[in-house]
Amino acid sequence: MECLWCQEAIMPEVNWATLVQLSPKRSLCPGCEEEMERIHGKRCPRCSKVGSDAVCRDCSWWEERMPKETLAQNYSVFSYNARMKEMIAKWKYRGDYHLGHAFKQHVKTAFADWNFSEEAIAVPIPLSEERLQERGFNQAKMLASFLPLETEEVLTRLHGEKQSKKTREERILTENPFVLEKALHKPVVLVDDIYTTGTTLRHAGALLHALGCPAVYAFTLIRG
Amino acid sequence: MQPHPTSSTTDAPSNEAISRLLSGKLLLREEFPLDEKTFQRFLEQKLIAPTASILTKAFSHQCQRCGNKKKSLFALIPCEICLSTHLYCRKCIEMGRVMACQPLYYWTGEKPVWPAHADPCTWEGALTHLQQRAADRIAEAIAGQEKELLCWAVCGAGKTEMLFPGITKALKLGRRICIATPRADVVRELLPRIRRAYQDVEVEGLYGGSENKAGSAQLILATTHQLLRYQDAFDVMVIDEIDAFPYHADPSLPFAAERAKTSASTTIYLTATPRKNHRKRINRRNLPHIFVPVRFHGHPLPVPKLNISFSLKRDLKNAILPQAFQKWTEARETKKRQLLIFVPAVSMAENLQEPLTQFFLKERTISSPDQLTAVHAADPDREEKVQQFRDKQLHILITTTILERGVTFPSVDVAVLDAGHEVFDEAALVQIAGRAGRSPDDPTGEVVFFHEGKTDAMVQAKEAIRKMNHRGGI
Ligand SMILES: [Zn+2]
Ligand SMILES: [Zn+2]
Ligand SMILES: [Zn+2]
Repeated sequence: MECLWCQEAIMPEVNWATLVQLSPKRSLCPGCEEEMERIHGKRCPRCSKVGSDAVCRDCSWWEERMPKETLAQNYSVFSYNARMKEMIAKWKYRGDYHLGHAFKQHVKTAFADWNFSEEAIAVPIPLSEERLQERGFNQAKMLASFLPLETEEVLTRLHGEKQSKKTREERILTENPFVLEKALHKPVVLVDDIYTTGTTLRHAGALLHALGCPAVYAFTLIRG
Repeated sequence: MQPHPTSSTTDAPSNEAISRLLSGKLLLREEFPLDEKTFQRFLEQKLIAPTASILTKAFSHQCQRCGNKKKSLFALIPCEICLSTHLYCRKCIEMGRVMACQPLYYWTGEKPVWPAHADPCTWEGALTHLQQRAADRIAEAIAGQEKELLCWAVCGAGKTEMLFPGITKALKLGRRICIATPRADVVRELLPRIRRAYQDVEVEGLYGGSENKAGSAQLILATTHQLLRYQDAFDVMVIDEIDAFPYHADPSLPFAAERAKTSASTTIYLTATPRKNHRKRINRRNLPHIFVPVRFHGHPLPVPKLNISFSLKRDLKNAILPQAFQKWTEARETKKRQLLIFVPAVSMAENLQEPLTQFFLKERTISSPDQLTAVHAADPDREEKVQQFRDKQLHILITTTILERGVTFPSVDVAVLDAGHEVFDEAALVQIAGRAGRSPDDPTGEVVFFHEGKTDAMVQAKEAIRKMNHRGGI
């Protein structure tokens, strides 16, 4: 077995867990595993921003402008460090689909840590058709497949997802890039690779909420 | 995309220009500098043909671009383009993803006619007697379309100049030439020299980061990786530093180099430190070779001194300068000479910067801390630091093995700390020693290997250097 990132051979660990096949197979070598930064400790209860367990300034800003139901909470797995940037570039932009498996176990355990108990539907944030034809896969859909939730691809994206250099306020006011194909009346967990400003997720959340979704959450790989 | 730079004055590029641009390549659709309409038309007219990008034979796969056969470097993708799950190659993905559902394409139209230049060489220098002998042999091999020739020339023999008569010969015969080298640094250093030597010939330099180049010149300098985009292209293939990483370690590179040649091509290998496989072939007389045992300035290669220091590894680990090293620097003959300090690891380069700065300030070899720095492969300021050392703004440079070859500084002393480390194999140590004494004005230079116990690599490197000096009659 070779490390999915550096191709070095991974020495199999032998202990009771591996013998009785309780611990999952490693996909990264210990060195590369260490480079990834899981979010631990204090984080913003709304958006997973690291550092403090008070609602952060960004989230207070949102609360003044958007109903809480458009995005009740975002839970992220990793911080966006240099290694993660490289991994995302290779996975998403170079299109190395398989590398996504390096996140699988972390996604599963982080989701368990989240203590999310509602019976919800996972909705991956879609790519535009043009982007999908370029990349060959949607990274958010791959992440959603790691969750113990039913997935429904109910959103489509109208135009390119490159965010312009507009201010956040301008961006929120601009047209919603998503179309909702089907109303969902259960809680929804939106799934995406990265939470940066939360704008994209709130666009999707607003649509779902407007068409009857009782609560919208987000689960993202990275808190940017 | 740009039409070929030497295309005719009309707006549409001429057929000749298109064939120069596309023939000899093996590309993904997205790499073709053609809009969809033109691409489709070329396909219909059978000017371009598709070929499978991943072949499967008896349970094993091979990527047809990079030659990868390693199972762990293929993976499955549930592809939303063709709506099926299939293989893609992870090995060469940095050059664009090769997927089973997308073919590679190659030019099947007419082959370009490369100009036969009457007198292309504008280099006015002169070769030494030994250089001339090797240069003539290389030119002869090219003219006679011999299959291969290895040129074994010591560090500082002036191998670029020795290529000129052969390149000139090839250009006179209307052939296409590629000089492939392992490092982008070397392409960047060589490009202006080759352009000056062939001012009226179109010359292009290709390396990662120069990606939008057409790659359609008659004379191309490229990193070996860039050859992954070529097929049946070059009549003359010069492979520089055949023994260097990654060429000898990554099977994709010989695979690509082999494919990039035309069927009647000549391959010239250049090396100062041939590896076992080539030495064996030389000894069995099934690899023609020419030996250049003397530097262009005629002085012998500096023979390294082996200097033992018992607590060396522990000292280095604790960022303490080994006693033996301190003693040597204090007694150094020519303190005006710049100093290259090789270390086996990036972390050591970083950890030693501070103590070395303090030491050399105290010793007054440098007068300010910014005359010393450390550099390694992933250093974003690497090019700049090397340039500063070349410009003598920096007096001392701590480096990992990235500066072991290719780059030339006229007048340096060389120290290797922990020369017994496994990264310093015989070839690396010979190359490192070869950094010293490059200039005819200061042809000696000191080379010292600091170690905790002699390794075979050290002894063999020293022996190899002695032997070469001996063969050179010095
Ligand atoms: Zn927050
Ligand atoms: Zn490949
Ligand atoms: Zn496909």
